[in-house]
Amino acid sequence: MPRQLAAADVVVVGLGAAGGVAVLPLAQAGLDVVGLEAGTWLDRRDFAPDEIRNNVRDWPMLVKKTEQERPTSRANASQTANQIGSHPMMNAVGGTTLHYWAQSWRLNPWDFRVVSETMRRYGRARIPVGSTVQDWPLDYAELEPFYDVVEREIGVSGQAGNLRGQIDPRGNQFEGAREREYPMPALRWTAFHERMAEAARGLGWNPFPGPAAINTAEYGGRGGCGYHGYCNKGGCPLDAKNSTHLTTIPKALATGNLRVVTRAHVTTVQVDRDGRATGVNYLVGNNEYFQPARVVLLASYTYENVRLLLLSKSDPYPNGLSNNRGQVGRHYFSHHQGAAVSALFPYDLKAWYGLPAQGVAIDEWADDNFDHADLDFIGGGNLWAMSDRRPIAAANMGTFGRGRTWGSAWKRFIHENADRSHGFYIQKTTLPYEDNFLDLDPRVNDALGFPVIRITGEFKDNERRVAAFVQDKAEAWYRAAGAIEVTRGGVGGAMGASTHAYGGTRMGDDPETNVVDRWGFSHEAPNLGVLGASVMGTSGARNPTLTAQALAWRTAAHLAESWSSIAG
Amino acid sequence: MNEDVRISRRDLLKVAGAAGAAALTPSALSAATSGAATSATPVAVALPVVTSAPLLNLTAAETEILAAIVDRLIPSDELGPGALEAGALRFIDRALSEAESSSADAYRAGIAALDRYSRYSRGAAFVDLSSRDQDSVLIDVQSGAATGAGTGFEGSSAAFFNLVKDHTWQGTFGDPQYGGNAGFAGWDLIRYPGVRLRVTDEEQRMLEADELEPARRSAYDFGQFQAQSAPSSNGSGDAR
Repeated sequence: MPRQLAAADVVVVGLGAAGGVAVLPLAQAGLDVVGLEAGTWLDRRDFAPDEIRNNVRDWPMLVKKTEQERPTSRANASQTANQIGSHPMMNAVGGTTLHYWAQSWRLNPWDFRVVSETMRRYGRARIPVGSTVQDWPLDYAELEPFYDVVEREIGVSGQAGNLRGQIDPRGNQFEGAREREYPMPALRWTAFHERMAEAARGLGWNPFPGPAAINTAEYGGRGGCGYHGYCNKGGCPLDAKNSTHLTTIPKALATGNLRVVTRAHVTTVQVDRDGRATGVNYLVGNNEYFQPARVVLLASYTYENVRLLLLSKSDPYPNGLSNNRGQVGRHYFSHHQGAAVSALFPYDLKAWYGLPAQGVAIDEWADDNFDHADLDFIGGGNLWAMSDRRPIAAANMGTFGRGRTWGSAWKRFIHENADRSHGFYIQKTTLPYEDNFLDLDPRVNDALGFPVIRITGEFKDNERRVAAFVQDKAEAWYRAAGAIEVTRGGVGGAMGASTHAYGGTRMGDDPETNVVDRWGFSHEAPNLGVLGASVMGTSGARNPTLTAQALAWRTAAHLAESWSSIAG
Repeated sequence: MNEDVRISRRDLLKVAGAAGAAALTPSALSAATSGAATSATPVAVALPVVTSAPLLNLTAAETEILAAIVDRLIPSDELGPGALEAGALRFIDRALSEAESSSADAYRAGIAALDRYSRYSRGAAFVDLSSRDQDSVLIDVQSGAATGAGTGFEGSSAAFFNLVKDHTWQGTFGDPQYGGNAGFAGWDLIRYPGVRLRVTDEEQRMLEADELEPARRSAYDFGQFQAQSAPSSNGSGDAR
């Protein structure tokens, strides 16, 4: 029998990007909050600039719950799914925000209105066949105040492009109107970034620096970025990366209303006979506890949110919690970030000291920022010319057809070219489809004997066409900047697991096609909320974290304001 | 490379096989790396003199073959030291005791299969082949062509090639904390300017003007970081 603990007002499962933000408005509202985190506290002593530890061996974690429950993956339902080699996410207080790239974009207004905007501009027939895409139940303007508060609470650096309708060409002219500037200026550009920006202007495009949850000045009592070059999957030794373990979680703890339990491995959400959530069961080592709560908020990663719902079977929910309409796991998609385009330059890029959140963005070919009337797809991609160079990875670069990848001739090649290659990061519009979904794997279990998540998904024609289209733009940009070789990766294939995993508990007004309502609460279990990108119904062409955090803040603020009606 | 040098090089490899890669003597090293002065980046730091026991996870015969493979992957030449001198064997041995212990069987089986393939297809043990023939064997192993039970690899030979290549690169270009990249040989080869925690605008400008001196240090030299498992200076502190 699990040991029953004292009841809390709210239990939050997972203290990462989303849960780590949501605890702050809840604690500030005076609610008694328990945060359950599978990982432990880590600090800057754990964040050595060490490529072997961070990138080769995935070692920053002391607890590897994610590793035990790696999803399986297959392209379509006719295949048998194989378990992926490593899980992309992190177990720790602060979660993956400890070692993420920290790109902190707002979605563009179009991303909230893909269906209605496509119909208005091009007609209904342009919605790809088989896609289950819907408009969001809220628009950009409704989320803007929450983007704004999160940008300030965690600290985001960047350059505004649309300040209350006033376009500033130094920023992204396509972004939705923002009420205020970023709280800090953008990360610096190197000579290579300036060269890329100049090449983009020559093509008639508008280059701008991207936004990052990274300090560029003293902010929140911590200093600015050191550009040390180990930011990708590395924690920050200077505490300049604004992970939630440094920002919203300590601030919530300071209210006295948040209690954090580490090494807590949640196994089940419990419900009463009326189908209301009553709390969660969790393990710390071999000890099992039941944490009663009036409201349960799931804030683990997309795969774990869906898995926990599907594993929590009960009389009111025989197919898994909040799944009486069979929507849990549906409308899943991994962000299309592949279709790489890489280049070799005839000069050193001097990219050793930089980070993936530092660079030059082009948004002309994203979303509906260009006319699709004569094209056979909707959406597009954001082109991102970033810095990301570490020694082992650099020495593993491809040779662009210039000989073997080892031996004496290769030594001469790498001596000259280790700092001369570049790969664009191109995030592309990705849509949900009828036959892409998450469910429980029938063959593979975790260490506790519970099935892991199975990903069934492949990119469809729309994603492939977007990818080929933006690859053309990327190659043109590289050529304009003087590249001597350009290579391209394939445009399609299986979705696989991703750090940008969307859907599975989609947000929407219609309970027949969505798991949570416009506020993030279950259509079926009204005191159960879901946080994270699993509620997002479209991807946009940029990183999801800030949107997941803005939505999490909004759900938490709504809970605090509507406490009596939701808590019952 | 003339024949005399090639033979002295092979003697070096036999030393590595008999006593572990780290037993290379300073005079053998200087012979192997002479000509480094022609490199665009001066190799100014002397490679450390390390003595250690034979590899813990491989026999002397296996070590000799692995040393020969690693030496062809990143050879010592006029551009500077190779993977062997950088300590890639020591890195691999330490990794097989710790984080990569699940790969030990793949190493033993792969080394045996490569040598079997060498004898079958080239008529001699791998270590007795000329450098040119060793390269041609490795090309077959990399492409997956060296497969065939009894004559080579039972599974794909490419998997073994990639395993050894990945670890050789990690042992040449990774942080010296793990036993490789001795004398920062790997970082000098790719002109990596070194580990720094804060790079000012001025330092970035100096880098762009080729005026920034390499920072020759391990991340753990800063003293503020906890190593996952810190080997002592004589290498006996590994988790074994």
